[in-house]
Amino acid sequence: MSTSYTIKDLEDWNKQILRLAREFGLNPYPQEFELCDHEQMLAYMAYSGMPSHYPHWSYGKSYEKLKTLYDYGVGGLPYEMVINSNPCIAYLMRDNALALQVLTLAHVYGHSDFFRNNFTFRSTRAEFTLETFKAHADRVRRYIEDPSIGLEKVEHLLDAAHALSLQCRRNLAIRKQTPEEEQEQLLVESKPLHDPFRSIHRPPEYAPPDFNRVPLYPDEDLILFIRDHNSHLSDWEKDLLTIVHEEAEYFIPQIETKIMNEGWASFWHKLILERLDLPQGVKLEFLVRHTQVLSPTPGGINPYHLGFKLWEDIERRWNDPIPNEEKQCGSRRKNGREKILEVREIERDTSFLRRYLTEELVRELNLFEYQSRGNERVISRVADEENWQQIKQTLIRNVGMGSVPVIKIENADYNNNRVLFLKHDHDDRDLHLEYAEKTLLYLHQLWGREVVLETTINEKKSLLCFADEKMVIKPLH
Amino acid sequence: METIFRSYPSSSAQRSDRSAGDRLRHRQKVREAIRENIADIIAEESIIGKDRDRIIKVPIRGIKEYRFVYGENVPGVGEGAGEETRPGQVIGKGQEASQSQHAGDRPGVDYYETDITLDELIDIMFEDLELPYLERKHLREIEIEQQYRRKGFRKKGVRVRLDKRRTARSRIKRKLAASRHNETFQMQAERFPFHNDDLTYRHSVSEIRRESNAVVMCIMDTSGSMDTMKKYLARSFFFLLYRFLCTKYQNVEIVFIAHHTEAREVTEEEFFHKGESGGTFISSGYHKALEIIQQRYHPSLWNIYVFHCSDGDNFESDNSVALQAAQQVAQLSNLFGYGEIKPLGSGYYGNSMIPFFAQLQAENFQTVQIQRKEEIWPAFKIFLSKDRAREDAA
Repeated sequence: MSTSYTIKDLEDWNKQILRLAREFGLNPYPQEFELCDHEQMLAYMAYSGMPSHYPHWSYGKSYEKLKTLYDYGVGGLPYEMVINSNPCIAYLMRDNALALQVLTLAHVYGHSDFFRNNFTFRSTRAEFTLETFKAHADRVRRYIEDPSIGLEKVEHLLDAAHALSLQCRRNLAIRKQTPEEEQEQLLVESKPLHDPFRSIHRPPEYAPPDFNRVPLYPDEDLILFIRDHNSHLSDWEKDLLTIVHEEAEYFIPQIETKIMNEGWASFWHKLILERLDLPQGVKLEFLVRHTQVLSPTPGGINPYHLGFKLWEDIERRWNDPIPNEEKQCGSRRKNGREKILEVREIERDTSFLRRYLTEELVRELNLFEYQSRGNERVISRVADEENWQQIKQTLIRNVGMGSVPVIKIENADYNNNRVLFLKHDHDDRDLHLEYAEKTLLYLHQLWGREVVLETTINEKKSLLCFADEKMVIKPLH
Repeated sequence: METIFRSYPSSSAQRSDRSAGDRLRHRQKVREAIRENIADIIAEESIIGKDRDRIIKVPIRGIKEYRFVYGENVPGVGEGAGEETRPGQVIGKGQEASQSQHAGDRPGVDYYETDITLDELIDIMFEDLELPYLERKHLREIEIEQQYRRKGFRKKGVRVRLDKRRTARSRIKRKLAASRHNETFQMQAERFPFHNDDLTYRHSVSEIRRESNAVVMCIMDTSGSMDTMKKYLARSFFFLLYRFLCTKYQNVEIVFIAHHTEAREVTEEEFFHKGESGGTFISSGYHKALEIIQQRYHPSLWNIYVFHCSDGDNFESDNSVALQAAQQVAQLSNLFGYGEIKPLGSGYYGNSMIPFFAQLQAENFQTVQIQRKEEIWPAFKIFLSKDRAREDAA
């Protein structure tokens, strides 16, 4: 295929694609496409697609890394890059052939529809994406230029904030309680349960709740908590913490729906392109590219492939279920198309896999579980009758934010000494100690006093205490 | 139109490179990291004895971005690639899998290879050192007439330096002036020859530059007890010394003296690769050095740096002679060092010359002990500090 095409060609194809997408029931944002060369694409990738983003050396690192991989031909470039904003912005590689561009257009509408309709993205305020990131960039630049602050200090704080940015609430659709609501809830909880035999029972002793405790309930938003409770931070430091937190919150929905989102876009580009009246050569090229995108990653998970398979399976099961599937699907009021449109709205990766990854699919995809043993990764479970559920559980635990340990602030005045006490919700997965130590260093830097983290190491409860530039591990009991 | 296509602007080539600043900052951080690990890097065998302009690849740990992450005991899930999978099958090594998963969910060791010229590396090395101001006596600088430098034009000169262009120009000027002066002057006059006044010569002055010379005398014990490891350590040390002096002096020569019971001047190749056997008379090496200094490197013209590496296993009978010779060497040289190399685990050697050399009363004499390669850099710093101390005292 020749790479020569005009904007007019793209517009013509776009018209047809958009019409089909609408017919299928998709509801994407208004769309802007921007053609760019490979270096611009690399730069967009390094800055998460944002046209404007605050500077930090880590983005330079990420650019160098991408560039190196690209130059050595190890990592290709994505065909497109889409950002969650309204209007939705997507970058197209100028050097791609027309067939690939057509595929990409359809793929982009899948993403855009997902961004617009999936519940996790409600919190991201897509209309303001570009403005927000621009405003963040301007503020950070201003602090860097301020002679009383400067690059070094800003960088020092951003390093620490980046390390902790994902330690925050995961389900942003649930509103965070205000301090007043928390107090009220604590009061309600402290009241004794209703006892129908009050007359014959001794009344239980009433213990008034401790309202002096900070926080009242364990707090997952580490950066925000520190921002609000460390009075030694100056305004610009608090502002930087806010910026980093807001950006993390913006990206969490994308982390949480990677499999669904990529699968969804792949599902629709396939359907749309099958309906388009493509010339023979283009059709072949499309099939080749489609297969490339969806090829399973040996030894890992290709979210495009896994997601695509699931969406296809859901639609098939709701359209024409085989007999013993009937009752799973419940009443046949919805057809397959309606069902998937509903699922794309109300699920995230964890719930999506939990509800729709069936034993048959686990087998078909030949999923397995592996564990590291010494220096090697060894398969521990394969998809058979006994193990498929365990494999599914392991998969669910590792997707989305599941790969980030849950760590909550329990007490900001531990031992009455303003020591920050945190607890890791341990679920058989130990922390990486070297990383924990370095991250605690950052936490200590932000909090300004000793930091203690309770976790479990090799099935023993332990405290990781960080003070005086080093971490000490103390076993509990 | 609810879909907008923005075409690739043809002027995009000149569009600013947005990541330039962050890349620069990242490179600075990498450089800092190199500096912190300099001791490890210079202990790498590969850089020692390499060409100056050669680009070397230095593997350094990437700057990690730490977060709370899970450790090793975490199982993952993969997709089978078609062939049968069974429990117990090994699917890969170490961290490879983390590539295919979401970025950052598991720590990977990222190693970069940074291209850096040896010169650059040496710069970084010596930045770290807070360069001592080396003694450099005026006496030891030779004045050399180095080269000629152009300096303006003269009307007189030798024919070879005639500037034809300027000469021709000055003739034209004269011709124009003449025509203006004298209206009747016929522009189309048949001839207008060059005059002596037209001739312009380039003028040049000879520059006198001071050049400082240094000679490094590497003396090494090549007796049977010096094994490859010891030689390697010695070599690393000599390498550093040589490179360091190259940054300080314009002209650095290097002399290799190998000794066992007798000393010989040898080539670099022989010095490092040829094993010998037999006993050790340290004094023989010093005598040879003295002899060479006398013949070729007069102390009034040369800054002399002498370094001797041995394992300290000297014949008892030679000790007092060695001490005397060392005294003489110390008097003649800027800096005189004795490095005793005793790699750990290479067995116990009863003898050490270090306590013995303590008797030597010279400010510019320094003994260091090197046990493993990580100690080369600290030892080198100690060695040079002697020179500095002396400056301060002066």
